[in-house]
Amino acid sequence: MIKLQTPISEEQIRELKVGDEVSLSGTIVTARDAAHKLMVEEKPDFIREHLKDSVIYHCGPVVKKDDNGEYSFIAAGPTTSSREEPYQADVMCEYSVRAVIGKGGMGPKTAEGLKKCGGVYLHAVGGAGSLIAQRVTKVETVYKLEEFGTPEAFWVIKVEDFPCVVTMDSHGGSLHKDILEMSTKKAEELMSK
Amino acid sequence: MELKDAMLELIRKCSTDLSPDVEKAIKEAYETEDERTSAKNVFGTILENIALAREASSPICQDTGAIVCYVDFPVGDSEKKYREALEWAAAEATKLQYLRPNAVDPITGKNSGNNIGVNAPYMHFHQWDKDEVRVRLMLKGGGSENVGAQYKLPDTGLKAGRDLRGVRKVIIDAVLKAQGQGCAPGIIGVGIGGDRVTSFALSKEQFFRTLGERSENPDLAALEEELMDDLNKLNIGPMGFGGKTTALGVNIAAQHRHPATYYVSISYTCWAYRRKSMTIKGSEVSYD
Repeated sequence: MIKLQTPISEEQIRELKVGDEVSLSGTIVTARDAAHKLMVEEKPDFIREHLKDSVIYHCGPVVKKDDNGEYSFIAAGPTTSSREEPYQADVMCEYSVRAVIGKGGMGPKTAEGLKKCGGVYLHAVGGAGSLIAQRVTKVETVYKLEEFGTPEAFWVIKVEDFPCVVTMDSHGGSLHKDILEMSTKKAEELMSK
Repeated sequence: MELKDAMLELIRKCSTDLSPDVEKAIKEAYETEDERTSAKNVFGTILENIALAREASSPICQDTGAIVCYVDFPVGDSEKKYREALEWAAAEATKLQYLRPNAVDPITGKNSGNNIGVNAPYMHFHQWDKDEVRVRLMLKGGGSENVGAQYKLPDTGLKAGRDLRGVRKVIIDAVLKAQGQGCAPGIIGVGIGGDRVTSFALSKEQFFRTLGERSENPDLAALEEELMDDLNKLNIGPMGFGGKTTALGVNIAAQHRHPATYYVSISYTCWAYRRKSMTIKGSEVSYD
C-alpha cells in the first residue's frame, strides 16, 4: 500500500503504475458534471488554490447539515467518470491537478492528459458509499452549493486513508483499455457461436 | 401506521439495506473469485459496506437513485392518495439523508433539493382484484441507468437477426459496452417486443424478480441460463477490474410486437440493487 498525502508532487505521481494500491490522505475536492463544465468554459479562480497538486474526486455525496451549520458526509462513493472525458485532461492541466478519483475509468484524451501533465486515475469501489464516507474526516468548505445542488457542488474535504487502486498511470498504462480489449475479443468469440 | 409513514419506512429500508437474494448472490460471488485479486478485494469492500450501511441505517450508495414506484391497488382506491404519501415521504427521506436530492430541472439546471419535480418520483399504477395494496419501490442509480440500451433488430453490425439468437447477441454487446461503468457486477433486465416505451418498461420491471428465479417461458429460461454463462465469460469483473463475476442476474421477458418492429431493451442495474416491496392489508403493513 502506497501512502499519498496532498499536496502531491509530479515526481511522486510519475512513480505510480497501474495496479498500485494507494491510501490517500489530505485535502481534496469533489467535482462532477456541472463543475467540470464550469472549469472548462469559465476557468474560475476560486477553486485554483484547492486543486493545485491536489485531487479531484468524482463524487456526489449525501450530506448532513447539523444544527450549528456544519456539514458532514453520510455516503460518498465515486460516480461514473466517463461523463467527464471531454473535460478532464484540460481541467487537470489548467489547474495542475495530480490525480482524479472515480469509477469505470476514462478514455484516450484523459490518458494523454495524464502523460502530458503528470497525473493518475485512481479507482475507488463504486457503491461503497457508507464505507468511504467514514474516510472523510472533515468538510472544509463548499462552493456553488446553491447553484449546482448537493451532488454537483465543489465540496472541499479532508480524507484519511482513502483506499484506491491506480487504474490509469502517467506512462500510458490503462487497466480499462486492457479489460476492454480482452472482453471485446471474448464477446466476438461468443457471438460467432 | 399511516400511509405516509409506511412509505418513508419503505424508502429507508430500500436505500439502506439490500434484499436477501441480492446479498446472497454477492456473497457467492465473493467466494468464487480467486484469492489476492482486485475482484476479491472489491467484493470484500462491498460486503463490508452493506453491513455498515445496514447497521448505521445510512445509504448503501451515495447515489440514492431515481425513485421509481409501482402501486397495485384494489378497485375503488385512489391514485392521488399514494402519490401524495410518496411525495411527502421522498421529501422527508431527503431531509433525513436516506436520499440525496436527485431531481434536477433540465431547463434551468436547478436541483429541487427534495427529490420532487415533474414526474419525480415516477409512479406506475395498476388496479388489481386483490383486497390488499402492494407498493414496490426501486431506487435506480444514474450511472447504471446510463449504460442501458435499446436495440432494433435486425442489427447489421452485430449480425443479430429477429430471433432469440439475435437477442442474445445484443445483450452480450450491451454488457460489453457497459464495462465497469454501471458498477459491475450488474443485473440485466431485458424486455423483448412492444414499442420503444413499453419495451423499456418491461425490461425495468424484471428487476422485481427474485434473483436466480427463471422465466416461466422455457425458451426464455434457457436463454437466461445461457447468458449468465456468456456474460461471466467476458471477465469484465467487479468494477471492470477483471474477474469471474460480471453479471449477478439476467431476467428476460417478452411481449407481442408490431410486425414491423423488433425492439430489445436492456436495463442495467448496479450491484447496489435497491428494491423493496410493502404490502398493506387493512391496517397491517409488511415489508419484504
